[in-house]
Amino acid sequence: MNNLGLIISALVIGLGLLWLLIRSLKGKEVERRVIFLFIGLSVSVPLLFNITFSEKATPIVRAVFDKIESLPPGSKVLISFDYGPSMAPEVEPMSDIILRHCMIKNHRVYLMGLWATGQSLSASAVDKIIKAEFPDKINGLDYVNIGYKAGNQGVLNVIITDFRKMYATDVDGVDLDSLPIFDGIKSLKDMNLLVSVGGGFPGIKEWVLFAADPGHIPLAGGCAAVSAPLLYPYYPRQILGLLGGIKGAAEYESALMKKYPELTDMPIPGIRMMGPQTLAHMVIMAFIVIGNLSFFFAGRKKQP
Amino acid sequence: MNGSRRLSLIILAAVLVVFVVSWILHTTGFQGDGAGTWLSVRDGFLVTLAAFLTLAIFSFLYKDNPYYKFAEHLFVGVSAAYWMCVGFWSTFVGNFIPRVSHTLSDFFQVPYKGFNVFYFVPLILGIMLLLRLSSKVGWISRWALAFIVGTTAGLNLIRYLRTDFITQVSNTFVPLLVDWKGIGPFFSDLSLSASGQFMLTLSNWVIFIGVFSGLIYFFFSKEHKGLFGTASRVGIWVLMITFGASFGYTVMGRVSLLVGRLTFLFQDWLGLIN
Repeated sequence: MNNLGLIISALVIGLGLLWLLIRSLKGKEVERRVIFLFIGLSVSVPLLFNITFSEKATPIVRAVFDKIESLPPGSKVLISFDYGPSMAPEVEPMSDIILRHCMIKNHRVYLMGLWATGQSLSASAVDKIIKAEFPDKINGLDYVNIGYKAGNQGVLNVIITDFRKMYATDVDGVDLDSLPIFDGIKSLKDMNLLVSVGGGFPGIKEWVLFAADPGHIPLAGGCAAVSAPLLYPYYPRQILGLLGGIKGAAEYESALMKKYPELTDMPIPGIRMMGPQTLAHMVIMAFIVIGNLSFFFAGRKKQP
Repeated sequence: MNGSRRLSLIILAAVLVVFVVSWILHTTGFQGDGAGTWLSVRDGFLVTLAAFLTLAIFSFLYKDNPYYKFAEHLFVGVSAAYWMCVGFWSTFVGNFIPRVSHTLSDFFQVPYKGFNVFYFVPLILGIMLLLRLSSKVGWISRWALAFIVGTTAGLNLIRYLRTDFITQVSNTFVPLLVDWKGIGPFFSDLSLSASGQFMLTLSNWVIFIGVFSGLIYFFFSKEHKGLFGTASRVGIWVLMITFGASFGYTVMGRVSLLVGRLTFLFQDWLGLIN
């Protein structure tokens, strides 16, 4: 049934594109809503018929995976949720999979956010990943959520010397000094790895500028695709690895599944989103070809 | 009643009917995950409201309309309120109160950290900023703003100079022959692996030529002709490829957001996928 539906959908999209090509070559304008319809279809079809593709981790993603994998159990990993709901579909799979990997490796995880919206999203990640999949993990001992503080890069400038100057309590109002996970932790410099997941300001760039570089602390990132090209210049000397866009999340998920085959029930939103991505990109490329062809032929016809 | 108004009312009625039916269905057990879990009335309402707002925003693709405007304004209002509330609880209650008052710390149930007079400085600056609301003493807010601008500029200047300039320049000093052991071993161990010697050498050459030609393109003190002009044209190509890569990534990002909303609609609202 799925295959039949897929074939019918592919036929509809293919014939539709052909109709658009013929119409364009005749010099007729294409309504912009038709283009929206095609993009909608190209994204909906792989979602409805669950079309996925195999992914392989590229070196820049592999570096993040290997770093978390190679840290000894009990290592201190800080994950910063520097994004909001508007970016969540793209970067939430990254924070989820990195958090899950840290939990599998029994690292001690510190969650925070430079965005106000990051606080509720990190709380949601705690419920969705830690409490649901790792119920034996204890809040305050294996993980802690210290939440959001206003100040953007100023927050980093403070916590690189002393957490307690900025954070008196965790998000539940518990004194940091009473949390075993903060025993012996004074500042960001006591962390084994920093991970910033985001894509705007403040985000990974600020973590490089105000934490990783001055503190010589290993930093990994997961970012929205829009900001990925701006962050690649920091790799590999200032950022040890980067998950760029949903493709990065999909690659990380595939690496984790390959390493831990027993994780059969693990949600793989990144890999599932690559099907719609692929088809949508193909349709966009078809539009570019159709547009150029119609421009070329229409241009020739108009020439005296 | 004219035709346009009648059509608007019909659409409004249809939207309300769909909303109510969706709410009832979600409340009485029709759930996206197929598990048949009974959702509460509240959760049913929230799923339906989220679907309505998603479709309201999508409706802009057809044309501007009141449903889109409603969703847009709601988003702006909720965002502003959310940031204000989180700011109050995380910064004012979380940072300020524990350093100024034992009584207030007990009231807000946060641990008292001892009195620290320096925490009144940001409080005073914050009040000065709020004075902007007054037309008579609004000028005082400029002092606080000047403090913010000065501090941020000072902080950023040093860090950007160090990390974004000096370190970035040093990052471009890459070996043009990676692990070079001679021409023989190079060809005998030739591999197209991303971490192989050939690809790393190629990557470093791309960085070297890209940075060099890009800088030449932005060097306007000499006319772009001859060898200099050729290098400048290579610089343009490098820039164009960079813009193309950025555009490709932007498309990927936007499609991801669309996938996110459609997944919500198909999974949580309509229950078409697991």
